[in-house]
Amino acid sequence: MKIRRLGIGVIALAAASALALSGCASGSSDTPTGSSSAVITANGSEPQNPLIPTNTNETGGGRIVDSIFAGLEYYDATGAPQLDVAESIDTTDSKTFTIKIKPDLTFTNGDPVDAQSFVDAWQFGALLSNEQLNSYFFEDIEGFSYDEDSPLTGLTVVDPTTFTVTLKEPRADFPLRLGYSAFYPLPKSAFADMDAFGQSPIGNGPYKLASADAWQHNEKIDLVVNDEYKGGRKPANGGVTFVFYASQDAAYADLLGGNLDVLDAVPDSAFGTYESDLGDRAVNQPSAVFQSFTIPERLAHFGNDEEGKLRRAAISMAINRDEITDVIFQGTRTPASDFTSPVIEGWSDSLEGADVLKFNADEAKKLWAQADAISPWSGTFQIAYNSDGGHQGWVDAVSNSIKNTLGIDASGAPYPTFAEQRTAITDRTIQTAFRTGWQADYPGLFNFLGPLYATNASSNDGDYSNPDFDALLQAGSSTTDTAEANDDFQKAQEILLKDLPAIPLWYSNVTGGSSEAVADVQFGWNSVPLYYAVTKS
Amino acid sequence: MAGYIFRRILQAIPVLLGTTFLIYFMVFAMPGDPLLALFGDKTPNPALLERLRQEYHLDQPFIVQYFLYLGGILRGDFGTSFSGEPVSEILARTFPVTIRLAIMALFIEFVGGVLIGLVSGLRKGKLFDASALVISLIFISLPIFVIAFVGQFIFGIQLGWARTTVSSGAPIQDLILPAFVLASITFAQIVRLTRASVIETQTLDFVRTAYGKGLTRRRIIPVHILRNSLIPVVTYAATDFGVLLVGATVTEGIFNVPGVGRTLYQAIIRGEGPTVVSFVTVMVLIYLVVNLVVDLLYGLLDPRIRYVK
Repeated sequence: MKIRRLGIGVIALAAASALALSGCASGSSDTPTGSSSAVITANGSEPQNPLIPTNTNETGGGRIVDSIFAGLEYYDATGAPQLDVAESIDTTDSKTFTIKIKPDLTFTNGDPVDAQSFVDAWQFGALLSNEQLNSYFFEDIEGFSYDEDSPLTGLTVVDPTTFTVTLKEPRADFPLRLGYSAFYPLPKSAFADMDAFGQSPIGNGPYKLASADAWQHNEKIDLVVNDEYKGGRKPANGGVTFVFYASQDAAYADLLGGNLDVLDAVPDSAFGTYESDLGDRAVNQPSAVFQSFTIPERLAHFGNDEEGKLRRAAISMAINRDEITDVIFQGTRTPASDFTSPVIEGWSDSLEGADVLKFNADEAKKLWAQADAISPWSGTFQIAYNSDGGHQGWVDAVSNSIKNTLGIDASGAPYPTFAEQRTAITDRTIQTAFRTGWQADYPGLFNFLGPLYATNASSNDGDYSNPDFDALLQAGSSTTDTAEANDDFQKAQEILLKDLPAIPLWYSNVTGGSSEAVADVQFGWNSVPLYYAVTKS
Repeated sequence: MAGYIFRRILQAIPVLLGTTFLIYFMVFAMPGDPLLALFGDKTPNPALLERLRQEYHLDQPFIVQYFLYLGGILRGDFGTSFSGEPVSEILARTFPVTIRLAIMALFIEFVGGVLIGLVSGLRKGKLFDASALVISLIFISLPIFVIAFVGQFIFGIQLGWARTTVSSGAPIQDLILPAFVLASITFAQIVRLTRASVIETQTLDFVRTAYGKGLTRRRIIPVHILRNSLIPVVTYAATDFGVLLVGATVTEGIFNVPGVGRTLYQAIIRGEGPTVVSFVTVMVLIYLVVNLVVDLLYGLLDPRIRYVK
């Protein structure tokens, strides 16, 4: 009797578990095979924001938005802009631009890709009350305001395939920016319900969403080829499935296990082994990411004066960048020789004053002693970092390098989270040097300099200000000649090398790899693979 | 019985209010502005930041935010994540996955652990017992991420018996390896607990009486020994269900399981208050229900334990 009751209980439990187990099970669909119709799988991460181009500012959403939209231009493997939707972009003064777009282009829902679709999208992206994270991209266009809702008066539709853009002041590199996602067009249907659009966007790019609910949050998104696309990024495969990984380790395990075709983020834990694991399928090349630490001018002994400059130079020369990139990063960083990145046109490793970025213990000690003669130093030199981002290793190494060379106390100052560190930096309450980094939005020298070091610029976290530097940036922006502009930007950098508002450390390399099933894997200037070019057998 | 259940459910209400309040307070007290982190190393313009703050009620004092959130829940609105997905949908998507994983793990550890513990206890001091003790000691001392990585490397990458990570939709065959890893945390505990309990029960009078009556071992072992040894094990396995739900974070991260642990971790990192609190609330609910079920199970295992009004 009792046995039977226990038995029934067990059976009921087993039945309940079986129901719970089978209830939500769904088989994974096999990827189709065959040359050009094969779908490649690539690593991604859950987009942090709805998939609206002007609201997507991180790589998780960025790689999807770039795949499903086509802008006026795209950037090829070398980072050079190529016309995509645009037929021509003309200017005579770098202030007013006339943009002609190709006729008869449509979004995947049939809405026309015309001048109006660009102007409407930009107006939407720039309007303060629309709260778009990328709104700052429109700040140079006439009519833009950070303080109140204000339409972009600088945009005029001339005819269905032509519009003009008028800037507040000349910006020579404006055409170069037009490949960035903030400048993508939007279909008319988007404006009716932007929230719904962000969950299931309709674009005009080489790929489109496989279905209206193709974005499976936290799991993956399925993209298939958009046959209507007529630009230069014609897909060589049948589609891309971005699998969202919470950790790079899981993605790497999938690459080794044969479940993933293209990986653009090798985890730190595999830095020592991935090149032997993958052989010639491994990728390790510099990218458009510049890393540094900033010493705010308001810190005692580090003002914009003789003493401050001596101390900054001494600290910079006390850091053995070669050794640290080799030992801590196992060669996945490239020691910096300027304030930009080697993948950007106009980059130079022989700027005047670049010696300050070379390890030189004797010179560092000498400069520090000269500074001490002006005003003696006491205390600890600290570099703040967020401990949720894997920075402790190099911060400790850099601190030790400074400590051992200069004979002063130096250490890292951890903040538990990235949010906390950014808050302290933005509020200007931080009382130490702090880790900074910059990933370029578009492949131009100006993008590494203007937003970071120009007086009162948006991301000038160290409150650096130098009129000579500002003037050179202005001069470079006003010219229509790229070589001339880059010349000015390099001269501007030579000023930075003297003032050192931030201490350049290294350029991040893109580390990645691919499976045996795919070929033609190239990485773009922004370290994202050119998915459209990948072929799968 | 019904009265007992009713009282237990009433007790759950203050517990739920208290935990949501505490969790909300802790998320609120997390230093740093989560919206600033949305912009990466770039500094957003203050007017835009102010507008976003208003939208997520981050400009309100803590207590106002909490009651806005509670009011939302009463209307069935759990809020939205930064990526624009309603939190209720995230809950509906991730909980079934983790519960499936937890049930599989619980099944593995309970069935495997009780069986091995029983045999060990019956053959105390023999080779099987000694090796079971040594192996369980190894499992107890290994951190779960080590077991997970080793399992993933051997069975996923080297042997190819299992997928290295769980594919979309989290089908059962993909979850077997993670379930074994998850089960390994407490599997060894159950072995040892069962073993000790079985050894103790064997010495009790009623077992000797049963042998004296001439009953066979086939009847004595399951009915007299095992059943009476299970009470501490069931208690442990029940509290363990909560541990499994939470402890799934590491396993879900390594095997990329789209479940609660992974999502909760990301929500904490991003400072998404509503998501974190909603997840914890549902977890507390599950925990309360499981504990209630276990308390009721006692009566089934040992009739002396009864809940009468």
